[in-house]
Amino acid sequence: MTTTSLTRPVVRVAQPLRPERRERPSVLGSAVLVVGAVYCLLPVLWVLVASSKSANELFSTFTFLPSTHLLDNVAELSGYRGGLYWRWMLNTALYAGVGGGLSVLISAMAGYALAKYPFRGKKLVFNLILAGVLVPGVVLAIPQYLLLAEINLTNTYWSVLLPSLISPYGIYLCRIYAAASVPDELLEAARTDGASEWRTFSRIAVPLMGPGLVTVFLFQFVGIWNNFMLPYIMLGNDRLYPLTVGLNGLLNQGASQPAMYTSVITGSLLSIIPLAALFLTLQRYWKVDLAAGSVKA
Amino acid sequence: MTTLASPRAADTRPARTHRRPRRRTAAPYVFLAPALTLFALFLALPIGYALYLSFRTVEVKGLGLGAGARTEVWAGFDNYTRALDDPEFLASVGRVGLYGLLLVPTMLGLALLFALLLDARRTRAKGFSRVSIFLPYAVPAVIASLLWGFLYLPRVSPFYFLFDKVGWDAPQILSSQLVVFAIANIGLWGGVGFNMIVIYTALKAIPSELYEAARLDGASELVVALRIKVPIVLPSLVLTFLFSMIATLQVFAEPMTLRPLTNTISTTWSPLMKVYRDAFTRDDIYSAAATSVVIALATFALSYLFLRVVQDGRAFSQESR
Repeated sequence: MTTTSLTRPVVRVAQPLRPERRERPSVLGSAVLVVGAVYCLLPVLWVLVASSKSANELFSTFTFLPSTHLLDNVAELSGYRGGLYWRWMLNTALYAGVGGGLSVLISAMAGYALAKYPFRGKKLVFNLILAGVLVPGVVLAIPQYLLLAEINLTNTYWSVLLPSLISPYGIYLCRIYAAASVPDELLEAARTDGASEWRTFSRIAVPLMGPGLVTVFLFQFVGIWNNFMLPYIMLGNDRLYPLTVGLNGLLNQGASQPAMYTSVITGSLLSIIPLAALFLTLQRYWKVDLAAGSVKA
Repeated sequence: MTTLASPRAADTRPARTHRRPRRRTAAPYVFLAPALTLFALFLALPIGYALYLSFRTVEVKGLGLGAGARTEVWAGFDNYTRALDDPEFLASVGRVGLYGLLLVPTMLGLALLFALLLDARRTRAKGFSRVSIFLPYAVPAVIASLLWGFLYLPRVSPFYFLFDKVGWDAPQILSSQLVVFAIANIGLWGGVGFNMIVIYTALKAIPSELYEAARLDGASELVVALRIKVPIVLPSLVLTFLFSMIATLQVFAEPMTLRPLTNTISTTWSPLMKVYRDAFTRDDIYSAAATSVVIALATFALSYLFLRVVQDGRAFSQESR
């Protein structure tokens, strides 16, 4: 960034004026941040402790007192109907991974076209996409269900995968990223060298849009991973469930057989781990500038 | 082609430009084709179908047995008047209105506060706090509701344990008066970090010369934050507000997940739950469609109004040169 190198001398001049004011940490401000962090970590901490308890300890020992039954609980959960839980985990990875990946490709192509080509109907397409951003996605689930039922696609992987591929918001973001990070001169140069339009896109635009595309992918991935209503409506066969729908079903069973609760809690913990891991490794990509739309990588 | 020979380059140019425009006029449509196809199939068509269904109804002849006894007929605005008159629908709108009033200002206020604190110079524990507050965004609403649901249960909750030790009567958070707070808290927990990151990113994009001058003039961090930073991140706040409003109207996973843990959440607690019940347990897709259309229109109207009033549509139109 050029701004830092510009401002650095100013900072150095300013420093001697009020040195102690700069250095003294704000206790109140830091405390507020830490309280916020504790509030956000509390349920995660709880699930870590609770999944180590046996079914009767869950309701009898102090909430945050850990026990030793974590492995038993995992074994019990894994044994539930022949490892159905792990199948849900794989399904979720499939829906979110494949859906997120394809959705980014589709969004990137559309966003690039909208940002970098003059063509007839461009304004119309862009306005459609913007209107699509504001369409409450979940309201679509029921008519989507009815339409997919017409062609016998409900209760299949396709019924969850296909509707997840289109993301007006992803297209909107990709358009911003393409406009901000792909210089026209570079595209012209590639074309002058005889590169095809597809090659120009895949070899020049995509790498330049890279950090932005990672953000869009994470958006889509988390969105699909978290989605509940769409698979809940579309799927009847529990072997096709993602984790959200599967665990919701387990909790419902827990209402009549509380022993189920340990499995629900252990399942929740295990379901958080992969996403939290992905999150922590890729969190530097989460620079979502919705309004200004610029990505600083 | 021998176009690479430099002396000839000038001659071949016209031939190429002749060819390129056609290739380039087709290209954007090819790039847009998958998106537009999916848009048509999974957005436009369902919306159209929902609209169509919302004006239809089933007419039952005789006992409703046998082929032809049930026919679909034009219903006019019947489904709409029924949907809007339905006390259950109105009650669900009221509940979600209260839920939104509790959630949205709290969530965005805290998100702004945390973002400003992360951006402030004198605060500590920033890395830890940023990651911790953002982490719940990685937890699906169903799982979040499940975790909080257990934390709300008197026999499991540490809060009830503490209240018990002190000898106070703890409020029943899952009682019918308070359950809306319980659900709003789950929304807050899941959403505050994401909104914080959005605002924080906008803050990071501000070149620091902007407030360097103010600091030299002796402005405190607080004044810099309120007078310079907040106005600049206003467009981000507008959009986070908009997305939060849309999300509020769609609340579904949280109350659905909490239902097995309490009997204070009805099957029509939120408008979308009512749509779900009408469509799938009552098999009345027509009034479900009408209610969906009403919710979609309300979302649109609110979003549009909001953008007009607050920003004159600046957040979006800025981009659509």
